[in-house]
Amino acid sequence: MSIVVSGVSKRFNDFVALDDVSIDVAGGSLTALLGPSGSGKSTLLRVIAGLERPDAGTVMISGLNVTGRPPQERGVGFVFQHYAAFKHMTVWDNVAFGLSIRKRSKAEIEKRVAELLELVQLDGLSKRYPAQLSGGQRQRMGLARALAVDPEVLLLDEPFGALDARVRKELRAWLRRLHDETHTTTVIVTHDQEEAMEVADEVVVMNRGRVEQVANPRDLYEHPASEFVMTFVGQANRLGDAYVRPHDLEVVLEPNGATREAMIERIVHLGFEVRVDLVREDGEPLSVQLTRDEAERLELDSGQIVFVRPTRQTTFS
Amino acid sequence: MVGLRLVALAYLAIILLGPLAMVFWRTFEHGFHNFWSTLSQPSTVHAFEMTLLITAIAVPLNTVFGIVCALAIVRKRFPGKGLVNAFVDLPLALSPVVVGLALFLLYGRGGWFYHLFADRGISILFALPSMVLATVFVSLPFVAREVVPTLREIGDEQEQAAHTLGASGWQTFRRVTLPSIRWAVVYGVVLTTARCLGEYGAVAVVSGRIEGKTETATLRVQDQYENFNLAGAYGISLVLATIAVCVLVAMTMLRPREGASAR
Repeated sequence: MSIVVSGVSKRFNDFVALDDVSIDVAGGSLTALLGPSGSGKSTLLRVIAGLERPDAGTVMISGLNVTGRPPQERGVGFVFQHYAAFKHMTVWDNVAFGLSIRKRSKAEIEKRVAELLELVQLDGLSKRYPAQLSGGQRQRMGLARALAVDPEVLLLDEPFGALDARVRKELRAWLRRLHDETHTTTVIVTHDQEEAMEVADEVVVMNRGRVEQVANPRDLYEHPASEFVMTFVGQANRLGDAYVRPHDLEVVLEPNGATREAMIERIVHLGFEVRVDLVREDGEPLSVQLTRDEAERLELDSGQIVFVRPTRQTTFS
Repeated sequence: MVGLRLVALAYLAIILLGPLAMVFWRTFEHGFHNFWSTLSQPSTVHAFEMTLLITAIAVPLNTVFGIVCALAIVRKRFPGKGLVNAFVDLPLALSPVVVGLALFLLYGRGGWFYHLFADRGISILFALPSMVLATVFVSLPFVAREVVPTLREIGDEQEQAAHTLGASGWQTFRRVTLPSIRWAVVYGVVLTTARCLGEYGAVAVVSGRIEGKTETATLRVQDQYENFNLAGAYGISLVLATIAVCVLVAMTMLRPREGASAR
């Protein structure tokens, strides 16, 4: 059930989408491919699914070299960002599609589809057409359809990207629970670092067709391997050669040797946390994250001159 | 808005309905008898049989070709694709008479393909094969032209989804692509059928217009007109027009019912 990608490259005309990419996805894990648009993450997922043919390199699924095989022979389940629902079929027929292609018995299809529709909470809507469903319902149908054929690996291409924030959060938690129950090897593509951190065991950060870092969410944040990861995963301020996370900056009212002067531009209250936007003497912006209590104790106000000191910083050679 | 609608209706009435009404009126001006006597002539019956036979061959051929061609244009990348795309439209731009003449030059005495068939005793010109070829040529673009924009609009994600779910190319076509483009295909078939039924110029050139042998219904109209049997000419025209209208009505009757249950 593992996925091993070795040395995969893919170009579209002059654009290098993947440049010698190798990753290992452990069987039963939930891995996120994270990166900005154009980083190659979706192309990599499509290469794993067989929807895109790599120019070089190999793809192994469950120890089998599937590089030359078409998608229908790879045993993958694929979930599309824009659902790719079969518009002329009911929810039931959409979910049953893979099973009926495999010529399973009628009784088996009935049982399995009913099970899956219950799992994705669409059991009351089986006779509806995709056009009669909300975005969230359509994507749950897409998931049920992909799961129906018991795929060895489940591949999701920005599955919640087209949904509104609340539904996205719900489905994210639901996907994690589903994975904890089924343990199907899952790869999810996302450009949302919060989504990747929340849902995945392991995050592969991609940039310009290359893998920047592979790590669990905590290590990724605490020990970023490059400037790109530092700034893409979580926020970071630049202080000379060093990078500092907004919560690793201390704000004091009196200067001492190690502090730098800055003016408060804006104070944003975000519930428990308070974000303070500052401008340094040299005009560079700084962002500091404080708890509400700290902010209240310091009695900060916009226009005020304060002094900041990094408590923890990272430099890259 | 009301003014615009009136203008549109008046235009349609003058251009389309007027001539049709006139044909109808002239057909039955002197009673039902004239109409029936022309239609029951063996040569007229044969002419209709020819038209229907040619249509029955040309429409399935062009439907299959049109769908395959549209799939190639929209879904595949190959050298010369732009050329194929342009050539599909050629029959729309070319006068049917020119098409007929081209076939004449190709299959006639001295033409490239003359010996290929003549030596085997197969007649192409002045016989059914050339009439079918001419009709296939002039009615070629309609299915492809209807299907291409629909294929573009639905995109290929549904097809990719079907592939990942284990469907082969043919299964994907039959169960996903074809149902999605079915109305474009139906509309293309209707247009193709109408074009085949009405074809005159190209067939006139290649058929030789032999009464009772290579005469189609439209040629028969011209023939009757030239022989001063105006009522007969009108009668055959009316039947042709009626078939065309029936095909259109059948399509519009089918469409909303199916559409309502599928959406």
